[in-house]
Amino acid sequence: MSSKNNAPYRYPDERGRFGPYGGKYVPESLLPALAELELAYSAARDDVTFMAELEALSRDYAGRPTPLYHAGNLSRATGAAVYLKREDLAHTGAHKINNALGQALLARRMGKGRIIAETGAGQHGVATASVAAKLGLECVVYMGEEDMARQRLNVFRMELLGAAVKPVSSGTRTLKDATSEAIRDWVATVETTHYLIGSVVGPHPYPMLVRDFQAVIGQEARRQFQDQVGGLPDMLLACVGGGSNAIGLFTPFMDDDLRMTGVEAAGLGLETDQHAATLTAGSPGVLHGSSSYLLQTVDGQVSLPHSISAGLDYPGVGPEHSLLKDLGRVTYLSVTDAQALDAFKWLTELEGIIPALESAHALAALQGGLLNLSPGESVIVCLSGRGDKDVQAVADLRGEPKL
Amino acid sequence: MTAIADLFRQPGPKLVPFLTAGYPHKSSTVELVLAAEAGGAAMVELGMPFSDPLADGPVIQRSSQAAIANGVNLPWIFSAVRELRARTAIPIVLMGYINPILKMGPNRFLQEAAEAGVNGLIIPDLPPEEDRKFYDDAKEAGLSAIHMVTPVSAPERITYLGQQAGDLLYAVSHLGVTGTGPDGETALVRYLQKIRQATATPFMVGFGIKTTSDIARLAPHADGLVVGSALLERISAAPDPAAEAERYIRSLVAAMGAGIHE
Repeated sequence: MSSKNNAPYRYPDERGRFGPYGGKYVPESLLPALAELELAYSAARDDVTFMAELEALSRDYAGRPTPLYHAGNLSRATGAAVYLKREDLAHTGAHKINNALGQALLARRMGKGRIIAETGAGQHGVATASVAAKLGLECVVYMGEEDMARQRLNVFRMELLGAAVKPVSSGTRTLKDATSEAIRDWVATVETTHYLIGSVVGPHPYPMLVRDFQAVIGQEARRQFQDQVGGLPDMLLACVGGGSNAIGLFTPFMDDDLRMTGVEAAGLGLETDQHAATLTAGSPGVLHGSSSYLLQTVDGQVSLPHSISAGLDYPGVGPEHSLLKDLGRVTYLSVTDAQALDAFKWLTELEGIIPALESAHALAALQGGLLNLSPGESVIVCLSGRGDKDVQAVADLRGEPKL
Repeated sequence: MTAIADLFRQPGPKLVPFLTAGYPHKSSTVELVLAAEAGGAAMVELGMPFSDPLADGPVIQRSSQAAIANGVNLPWIFSAVRELRARTAIPIVLMGYINPILKMGPNRFLQEAAEAGVNGLIIPDLPPEEDRKFYDDAKEAGLSAIHMVTPVSAPERITYLGQQAGDLLYAVSHLGVTGTGPDGETALVRYLQKIRQATATPFMVGFGIKTTSDIARLAPHADGLVVGSALLERISAAPDPAAEAERYIRSLVAAMGAGIHE
């Protein structure tokens, strides 16, 4: 679908709604902090000093712009012109640093000296811990015990960076429960603490704020594609858990005539209940402060998701993705753990780049020919993170001895 | 006039126990509510268990998980309330999160709750402006919408919430989740006085109220006192949960009277 002839795409509305999704479904005690954050962000966005500091740190600290890389071997293998947006080369190894920098500067601006965050794969936790170290902010990261076991490297990195990693043992002991626990901490500490959410989820203004800080991915990619190739690509492709790297890539192209595809985690398969394909197989509901698609039981209890990738192992998804699905503006597919592992190997062997298992989901859709790309059509894939953190998990799956 | 408005028009503080529906067992709920009433409770909150209770501490999280594992869902809670209504007129408030209600369908939920004999609703993750229609429809169905006020609520916000609620407010004793706090007594009393000045709507106070001395010092400053986590902890460890609930609530009600007459 092209939105060329329609009114420009402008969301959220002043109530923080993306159509029927989004909003502020939070305990009363958090409403003043959300209002404060909204005001602070709105002022910061118009403050040249703030934006200049963010830009300088993005460049000199985080290493932006990240390259747009024409992957010749992938292109030959698929018949498409494949371009990788190399967020794996950003400082701390993933796109998460873009948002962590922006929000940490906002926290400092609001005079909040303590930062809390949730993390799944640990990429957001590492990005937050790094920025907190740099800006001299106290940092607490909530992480499910299950995720701590499969992402030990990132746990150790966060500790080295001076963050306190708090294990979460409730529920599924993964990202969902880490997020709930971070929100409970925030309810109790809201006067001195900023909750640095890592994805385009949560109550307004978070989905908007995180999107805006991640939109640098698409802004750079658009400019780089125009410089290298000219015009616009035919397709954008990204993995979707909460959906921050996908929204970051898509947003600057929202009014353009091109196709966008988001790839969810189908885990052990959509026919099982062991997956995290929220948009593909879920239904609208409310989790963690906003209305969005959700994996849930007939009684409205949140289901236990599964994905080999800790960063996609989440039963919700951003409210904006929920709207983009309903509008038909973005096509959402899903690929299984096994397909993602194949793609992990594929990119590693063909291009000499080890991708994060999250990003491997996007590549799997390309490898599996799921995208209806005609020969010679161009696609930008968001390579959202590097795979160092996943090497141990992949070795375990292959039955290798502990590295 | 609603049952809750009528109850809170009467002078003196009321004790309001919180029980997670279907905890520790499905068979416990009816007898626990009757025991609470026998112990002197004026109203009962029944928790509708949710998998991700953002405003609740560990005790209510665990009781919710246990209740869900027991097979508790909204239709079962309505059947328990119908069973209770054959035996008691004590006002019953359902407290829970919005997602299971949306999944059932808000209209069906409100209609079945009212028909079963529920008197009020507390939905911590649904501020009034997020879904005005839901709360309007609730009132239309005869259910009292009980909104929460917190120590960070500005006076004008408290006034607004009091107007929106009408019958009753729930004052969260401190910033935090259920089962923790409250902190400094002076600050708490000052906060309760701030609520009294900002609204004519009666309010009950809850979160972290555990002991007879908590009850005695807060009773003069509120219209109701909610005891949840401390009660659940006691009954989960007790050989006879109903007898323990009745005994504990009786001691709290006695402390409430002592606090008032000091």
